[in-house]
Amino acid sequence: MAASFPLDTWYAAAWSHALGAELLAREIAGLRVVLYRRADGRPVALDDACWHRLLPLSMGRLDGEDVVCGYHGLRFDPDGRCVFMPSQETVNPSAHVPARPVVERHGLVWLWPGDPALADPATVPDFGLADHPGWVGPDREYALACGFQLVVDNLLDLTHETFVHASSIGNAAVAEAPFETTHRGTEVSLTRWMTDIDPPPFFAAHLGRPGRVDRWQIIRYQAPATVTIDVGVALTGTGAPQGDRSQGITMQVMHTVTPSTEGTCRFFWKLVRDYSLDDPSLTRRLFEDSETVLAEDKRILEAQQRALEAHPDRAFYDLNIDAAAVWSRRIAEEMIAAEADGPAPTGPLA
Amino acid sequence: MTPATRAVPGRRSRWTGATVAAVEGLTRDVRRLELQFDEAVERSAPGGHVDVLIDVRGRLERRSYSVVEWRGTGRAVIAVKQLTAGRGGSVAMHALVPGDRLTVSRPEHLVGLTLDAPAHLLVAGGIGITALVGMARALAVRGGPLRLLYAVRTREEAPFLDQLRDLLGPRLELHCSAEGRRLTFPAAFADLPPGGLAYVCGPLLMQEAMRVAWEESGREPRHLRSETFGSSGSFPEEAFTVRVPRLGVEIDVPSDRSVLAALQDAGVEMIAECERGECGLCVLPVLAAEGLLDHRDVFLSARQKQAGDVFCTCVSRAVGGALTLDTFDR
Ligand code: FES
Ligand code: FES
Ligand SMILES: [Fe+2]
Repeated sequence: MAASFPLDTWYAAAWSHALGAELLAREIAGLRVVLYRRADGRPVALDDACWHRLLPLSMGRLDGEDVVCGYHGLRFDPDGRCVFMPSQETVNPSAHVPARPVVERHGLVWLWPGDPALADPATVPDFGLADHPGWVGPDREYALACGFQLVVDNLLDLTHETFVHASSIGNAAVAEAPFETTHRGTEVSLTRWMTDIDPPPFFAAHLGRPGRVDRWQIIRYQAPATVTIDVGVALTGTGAPQGDRSQGITMQVMHTVTPSTEGTCRFFWKLVRDYSLDDPSLTRRLFEDSETVLAEDKRILEAQQRALEAHPDRAFYDLNIDAAAVWSRRIAEEMIAAEADGPAPTGPLA
Repeated sequence: MTPATRAVPGRRSRWTGATVAAVEGLTRDVRRLELQFDEAVERSAPGGHVDVLIDVRGRLERRSYSVVEWRGTGRAVIAVKQLTAGRGGSVAMHALVPGDRLTVSRPEHLVGLTLDAPAHLLVAGGIGITALVGMARALAVRGGPLRLLYAVRTREEAPFLDQLRDLLGPRLELHCSAEGRRLTFPAAFADLPPGGLAYVCGPLLMQEAMRVAWEESGREPRHLRSETFGSSGSFPEEAFTVRVPRLGVEIDVPSDRSVLAALQDAGVEMIAECERGECGLCVLPVLAAEGLLDHRDVFLSARQKQAGDVFCTCVSRAVGGALTLDTFDR
């Protein structure tokens, strides 16, 4: 059976700050890799199975820029070439482990699990506000026991806030407000304005001013698994829908999801704001507030995965609110189908 | 013979079936074969190869062929040069016609193509071009600094020449010895910037000459990558006698048969894996040699080859007289 996720794409492997001097094992789109950094800091990803007897290289050690297998000491350089074999005077020229394309951008290390020849760094998802100097905020990484698409579905339909996150960011207004979904190429956007509403508790607290508000959610999906959401509230009547957000607060909630296996994934989350940049206590508060919200989602998503597995012959039904999710599934399916057609690089020799 | 494999009990077999889908002559002695896999297999990446089990006079032998092109429908294109004095596999491969059935491995990758490098230099000698065609295509599509040096005797004997010219333009340099333009080292890689990667595939002597020049010029050994098929050495193949006194065995090794195969035919228990002269599993002690040893492997070091007391039976040969070997059963 073909995988339910595309391979010829960039997935987040780790937050940059999580990749240090140690070997880091990750499973990305079914591919087990070991990540580390070269002396100059550039990230490296090698397949996490020794050429010799398949022991995970992540169980070995890093020696300079080389990984030394923890079993018989084969040594691999950052290109994956074997440069030492025990008890012989030469090194088998065929001995290597595949090195995978990686790039570091926007505070994340991204990995391309598919055909390396197609890996174009220009196609890394736009996660630009995550490391923009004018925006700051906390980040997180979770391992989730659910398929990546369930997370994407969740992020593309914020109606669930009303029901899942009632104590923080949800209220009836979200589920009542109309929204607009548009699709272009490999992107989908969804915009929802809730005008003249009572702010939900989270926003009331962070706005810190009394009164009714206009609230927005502008969601941008970049296939296959990146969702950035421009959210905020501004005092009603101060012109936010027309573009003046000066009487409100804006946050960008950045998400990217990396399939690990069919039924598991890693979820990267960062929430940035463009105000009170020098207030670490506010960053801490946002981190803590997000704990509850993300735990609520995790509970739902993992239960949904278990339900999927318990009902293998049952289909999903879609509602109007699922439009963006349906588009995203369509795009991901098209990406997978394009890969099944074989390699893209064809030259005059084809 | 049971094919040497790295299969582990309980793991998916690396072998599957394939049908010869098309056959076409590229040059006088090189044939292009399209192999259609029976089942969906992972596509071959640049530098990949397939192993084929081919019937050489009633006995299944294993040969590796580079995938010069991968077609989306699970089809590998390979090119085979007929070596009349080889180990017999290429003659059998040339006898194949469309519709013939073969046992073929899924695509495997011995030489991983590292895309990220300041520059790439590909050096092909003769049929060694087959290992580099896929790499050349991938690198050309990518667009970094690239040169392909293609050494042949005559233009007529150079498969893929026109296509490579279309693909690479001036980045392809033909070194045609019949026209007086030989490939020499270190001149061939003098322009490669530091840290640049070279991939070489061709006759063993050419690879060795390049490796020696590479290391003498102070370049990092790990930046020179080679693929070898164990099919060439320092002398032409000739028949010779192998004796294994401990077993009371004396056998003739014809010019188109390996010592390993001849020993196995004679009932000598052998282990082997790569059959390309890389792994060292088939190495036996040399007790005496009347003539010279033609070491065709890359497992033994220059020092060991010089000493001449061990021998890679899958690829290496004797020249000018009988060879006396010991056995594993000792
Ligand atoms: S398993 Fe890694 S060196 Fe043997
Ligand atoms: S079988 Fe590997 S060197 Fe002979
Ligand atoms: Fe949620």
